[in-house]
Amino acid sequence: MLRETHVNALILLALLAVPLGALVLDQPFIITLATKVTILALAGVGLNLALGQGGLVSFGHAIFFGLGGYSMGILASHAQSFTPLMEVPFVIPGTNLMPVIWIVAIAVSCLAALVVGALSLRTSGVYFIMVTLAFGQMFYYFAISWPAYGGEDGLSIYVRNQFPGLNTLVPIQFFGLCFAVLCAVLFLVSRLNKSAFGLALTGAHYSPVRAMSVGIEVTRLRLVAFVISGGITGLAGALFADLNRFVSPTMFSWHTSGEIIIFIILGGVARLCGPIAGAAAYIILEQYLGGFSEYWQIYLGLILLFVVLFAQGGLIGSLSKREIVRG
Amino acid sequence: MSTILLIEQLLNGLQFGVMLFLMAAGLTLIFGVMGLINLAHGSLYMVGAFAAAGVAGWTGSFALALVASLAAAAMFGALIELTVIRRLYKRDHLDQVLATFALILIFSEGTRWAFGSFPLFLNIPDILSGTVMLPGGIEYSLYRLTIIGIGLAVAAGLFLLISKTRVGMRIRAGENDREMISALGVDISVLYTLVFALGAALAGLSGALVGAIQSVEVGMGEPVLILAFVVIVIGGIGSIKGALAGAILVGVTDTMGRTLLPVIFGSFMDPSAATSVGSALASMLIYILMAGVLVFKPTGLFGQA
Amino acid sequence: MGDPILSVRDVHKAFGALKASDGVSLELRAGEIHALIGPNGAGKSTLIQQIAGGLAPDSGTVEFVGRDISGTSTAQRARLGLARTFQISALAMQFTVLENVVLGLVGERGHVFRFFRPVMKDAAYLDPAHAILKRVGLHDVAHMRTAELSHGQRRQLEVAVALTLAPKAFLMDEPMAGLGADGSKALTQLLADLKTHAPILLVEHDMDAVFALADRISVLVYGKIIATGTVDAIRANPEVRAAYLGDGEIPA
Repeated sequence: MLRETHVNALILLALLAVPLGALVLDQPFIITLATKVTILALAGVGLNLALGQGGLVSFGHAIFFGLGGYSMGILASHAQSFTPLMEVPFVIPGTNLMPVIWIVAIAVSCLAALVVGALSLRTSGVYFIMVTLAFGQMFYYFAISWPAYGGEDGLSIYVRNQFPGLNTLVPIQFFGLCFAVLCAVLFLVSRLNKSAFGLALTGAHYSPVRAMSVGIEVTRLRLVAFVISGGITGLAGALFADLNRFVSPTMFSWHTSGEIIIFIILGGVARLCGPIAGAAAYIILEQYLGGFSEYWQIYLGLILLFVVLFAQGGLIGSLSKREIVRG
Repeated sequence: MSTILLIEQLLNGLQFGVMLFLMAAGLTLIFGVMGLINLAHGSLYMVGAFAAAGVAGWTGSFALALVASLAAAAMFGALIELTVIRRLYKRDHLDQVLATFALILIFSEGTRWAFGSFPLFLNIPDILSGTVMLPGGIEYSLYRLTIIGIGLAVAAGLFLLISKTRVGMRIRAGENDREMISALGVDISVLYTLVFALGAALAGLSGALVGAIQSVEVGMGEPVLILAFVVIVIGGIGSIKGALAGAILVGVTDTMGRTLLPVIFGSFMDPSAATSVGSALASMLIYILMAGVLVFKPTGLFGQA
Repeated sequence: MGDPILSVRDVHKAFGALKASDGVSLELRAGEIHALIGPNGAGKSTLIQQIAGGLAPDSGTVEFVGRDISGTSTAQRARLGLARTFQISALAMQFTVLENVVLGLVGERGHVFRFFRPVMKDAAYLDPAHAILKRVGLHDVAHMRTAELSHGQRRQLEVAVALTLAPKAFLMDEPMAGLGADGSKALTQLLADLKTHAPILLVEHDMDAVFALADRISVLVYGKIIATGTVDAIRANPEVRAAYLGDGEIPA
């Protein structure tokens, strides 16, 4: 058995090694898959902060994934058609610069998380799950019925957005960018988990009554966690849209929320690198089983059922010895 | 907009609400008695619709189709309760959500495998097709009226079942005190299977009845499931009365919103913009309603504090 | 006997027809252990919740260190120095003993929104945390997971966490419940020592402990305080004896 930090290092190394190997072997498709894993893992890292650390089972994180995606889609579509986003009261042009898009994606997602969180956190437990699921559906239907940006058909962006100093259309360069973003976020989240904030958030998860009785305003604390969590997932959404050069209401669907939760569960709840292992396992299953049967999601369902019923702790839990999560 | 059209839409909203009630009642009963959140409830709705469409195609009898929907959904409900669900009662909500999400994947893909990806159609039986003249000169679909009737009858039946019968007493006892009910010598696991199968049957019936108005296809259950959650949040969890009130509120609000909002916006905007703004807003209306309830009564209209 | 630290003034709380608090008034004064006793269903928990936050009284006020705290949240009251221990241990079981104490310090200092500094390596938290653990006698098990503690140790940890709040008053809900004779004795000692630090409002079923520790006792029956006084006065009070007759809980 290994220490969790060692397992984390191994996971990140593997995530880096696979596309580099694919580059040598000239397998661009593998690089794209690794990029997809990286981006989905980032979405999972975002949710894991709320779900794993905070115990907030949000079934609505597709909201932020979708908002991140549409932030990119809307800004880039205006840039590619050379029309401003807005003219009154002041002109806001579109953009195809990733850093700007990311900031917008994070800001929009955080704002939505603030509103959705403030409403949803008035409830807890099963109610919280149902309410976040419902708000997710609201955004989904809104995206479908709002015709300005493609409605049900979604929105295509013909050229991948730019990042200063890189050619983002080269798969390995775009992968490197996503990987760097993931590592930066992982670093921040690991600091966060060990900080006073992280201790309070986990404490409020394990014993909300205790947290309150030592002077912690639990709802406010959870709301802040939810907002940070939404911001990270929103950033992942913007990258995901750039990977596909396409956004559609599917990014908002409840199925997407479910998948992000699955990454966390397959990898191990509240494990720093759990979402990476989980997203990788998911994509590998999708590729392998998808080639094997058109109905591969039956097998995914069976595997998930098995993990939930019999193998709690996920992949990282079975690879590393039980240590105190906050260690 | 004419009064007749308004009343017709009101009835459509009522019919939609009654269908939502059949879903929400099962969910809230299962949550109230067993403390379980079941995402696969939408799959049982789908099972009912497919069973009905299959049997109707085979025998041509709508009555048999309805019986089949009840039987198939109850059977699959009991099956998953015995194999999967009962392992989840003592687990946390996250495990419940995930395991039942896994069941959705299995049900959806299994149905796609068995019936293909194309939608099936279930015809309204001849005897119920056409319209009836309601007082006030309103012509209304007989089938939809029948659905309203069936839904209200089921609601009345559920109230009687829970308030008057021995099984109902046990259900109420189970809600209040799980220890007590097992102390009474009632075989609690049999009761749980029965309650789950009952909830499943209601979902299946709902799927079959709606299947004749819409198409029967894979994935039809989940949007309804999420609406049923909205109903429960509005009505208050564990309360059949809340489920009924919430369902009708949601059904009517949604239907009327879709009809009225484009018209209202049309009174001060140009028609095409009014249609898009109105319909986009209408699609969000019930969630806004839910948000309002959360602000003013987070436990739902009939929920316990 | 010192000034009142905590005053409950004419508090009413009804659930439907049930009057759980029916005009309760109570004072906790500096330097005392004030025991609140009463038969089951007398409304003790309801009263505690109204003092600690979590339940708002229908009417009446709760004053703490000279402030009306009736409308404030549980967390605000805690930050003012109202420290509560729970009847059913509400510790974070997956945390280590030390983490539970540091959690208390984080809450008390309002440092919840510090995002970057690793809190479990910060001497500003660890030093006072260890000092508190030493005081309650849990220093040796600081790095043990809370779930692995014995019942008595958890009670001590409850007190340790309460101490992180720099408390001006303690609110203790049946701290002796479930303790053996030895544990009970050790905790009795600790409480007697604590009251010099801040007064204790003690809800307790263990009458031996109550009579050994309490400076004053209030008896709550059907939502009303039927008597308040010294141990001897309460023992001799006929009304109290009548209320407890069925229970037989008052030793002669």
